[in-house]
Amino acid sequence: MERMRWDALSLGEKIRSGEVSVKEAVDAAYRAIEEKDAKVHAFLTLTREEAYRRAEEVQEGIRKGLYSSRLAGVPIAVKDNICTRGVRTTCASRMLENFVPPYSATAWELLEREGLILIGKTNMDEFAMGSTTETSAFGSTKNPRNLEHVAGGSSGGSCAAVAAGEVLVALGSDTGGSIRQPSSYCGVTGLKPTYGTVSRSGLVAYASSLDQIGPIATSVADCAALLELLAKKDERDSTSMDRSDLAGIGETVREWSKTVGEQEKNLVGVRVGVPKEYVNEHVQPEVRRAVEEAAEALALRGAEVESCSLALSEYVIPTYYLIACAEASSNLERFDGVKYGYRSKEYQGLHEMYKKSRSEGFGEEVKRRIMLGTFVLSSGYYDAYYLKALRAKALIKKEFDQLFSRYDLLLGPAAPTTAPKLGTSLQDPMLMYLSDIDTVAVNLAGLPALTLPWSEDAAGLPVGVQILADCFGEKKIFRAASCLEWDSKRR
Amino acid sequence: MAERITMETIQNIGILAKLELSQEEAQKAREEMQKMLDYVEKLKELDTDNIEPMSHIFPVFNVFREDVVTNTNEREAMLANAPKEQDGQFVVPKTIGES
Repeated sequence: MERMRWDALSLGEKIRSGEVSVKEAVDAAYRAIEEKDAKVHAFLTLTREEAYRRAEEVQEGIRKGLYSSRLAGVPIAVKDNICTRGVRTTCASRMLENFVPPYSATAWELLEREGLILIGKTNMDEFAMGSTTETSAFGSTKNPRNLEHVAGGSSGGSCAAVAAGEVLVALGSDTGGSIRQPSSYCGVTGLKPTYGTVSRSGLVAYASSLDQIGPIATSVADCAALLELLAKKDERDSTSMDRSDLAGIGETVREWSKTVGEQEKNLVGVRVGVPKEYVNEHVQPEVRRAVEEAAEALALRGAEVESCSLALSEYVIPTYYLIACAEASSNLERFDGVKYGYRSKEYQGLHEMYKKSRSEGFGEEVKRRIMLGTFVLSSGYYDAYYLKALRAKALIKKEFDQLFSRYDLLLGPAAPTTAPKLGTSLQDPMLMYLSDIDTVAVNLAGLPALTLPWSEDAAGLPVGVQILADCFGEKKIFRAASCLEWDSKRR
Repeated sequence: MAERITMETIQNIGILAKLELSQEEAQKAREEMQKMLDYVEKLKELDTDNIEPMSHIFPVFNVFREDVVTNTNEREAMLANAPKEQDGQFVVPKTIGES
């Protein structure tokens, strides 16, 4: 097998039929990594030895009929904030540079059980704080479509690994757009599921009320197939939900992705709103055009598409950063240099050990967010900032409730521009935060949303579109996304 | 107007957050936090009287489960991550009787 030209479901089928061996699939992944990763730098850790050992085991399991999943034997990359037992999990931070988790995150455990093969751990913004993968302590990831541009973030490594063809599927995490924005920048498909769909147990926490693990792939059907495996209620995460409604979703979406082209009017009765705030004059013209074209494509398939307003969208970024930083400051208290993680070399007494370990172990962006979060939670400011943000969140949720009483889906971009050049985003943190305008509201309201590639800008960089639904509306998203995927390939 | 962030505020936050900032870092942190607070000031435009703060989007309360041991003894794997270890114990600075 020279290289992987199919999507993960097709590769899984070839593995099952014996046309391709698991070892050959693993070979192809490492060959692509050898060829490309010196430039792209999607990976922080490769798990070669274990991958080949597992390949044999899984091959034998497939022969014995032990696996029910269509993805058994398929190589996968996992973002480095998702714990993988026995495999270094760094969060792209000096703080966890040598941390080897003694347990696996539920999400990874589920996929491992279904026979997916871990190829390596991917680069990210440190502790998922950033929008470009440039805050990684181990160097930035480059956009495979143009190496002078960022891959986006924070799941930049996972998205770049898929875009570069190093793997066909990857896991990312999304707290404020960290799956959808880099997917858009790199030209791949990524889903942020409804909050509570995928267990957060073993995901190193950034902002617990917003964090969600999700799939990244080259096709909508692959995302659905992975989601089906991931969406299991888990006792280890008290916010985990029963999503038995997603049983069989992989097969359903696979069928759709093959057949939507044949039945043209397959979205009759689907109501789609395009929030005008997502396509205003601040948005790069090519990004705006992509959303307009996608809206037309949906209308051609019978959907009722109209412009609408998300009036509170100008408040989503302040709300998001106050809540996310507050939760981060609390979650990251655990890094004290006592039981695991970085400990300063020189210190006098316990308190100085904490202070020096944290100051030396965390990078600039992480410290910035911890400081802001600590401030807004501190006595005297809690009501004015943190509680105010939680009240604003309630209003934002209410506005989405009203929108989803009128629309089945909302359509927009995943970012106001295509991927910026490397080295331009971190100079002004405020500007970087503002670029999250199209993604953070989804996390505040717990909604599912998917990004898929639609077109390219003048420089050849991918432009993605984002589809949002109300909580538990993944199926509706997949239906429309299958149509757009078909149409985008025939533009 | 947003809160004015003084160097004293930054020092206090540093104590609470257990972060040690150099004079230069503290100055930069002060400026950046001021900028951020000036920006989030925008939220004050929103009328949130009578709006309950929403910490969780779904009404989930007190999720209980049986307290059963499911993991095995991971002592070695846990200690392998210790920054400093001796005789199967974590080594930390003296905490009692510290002046």
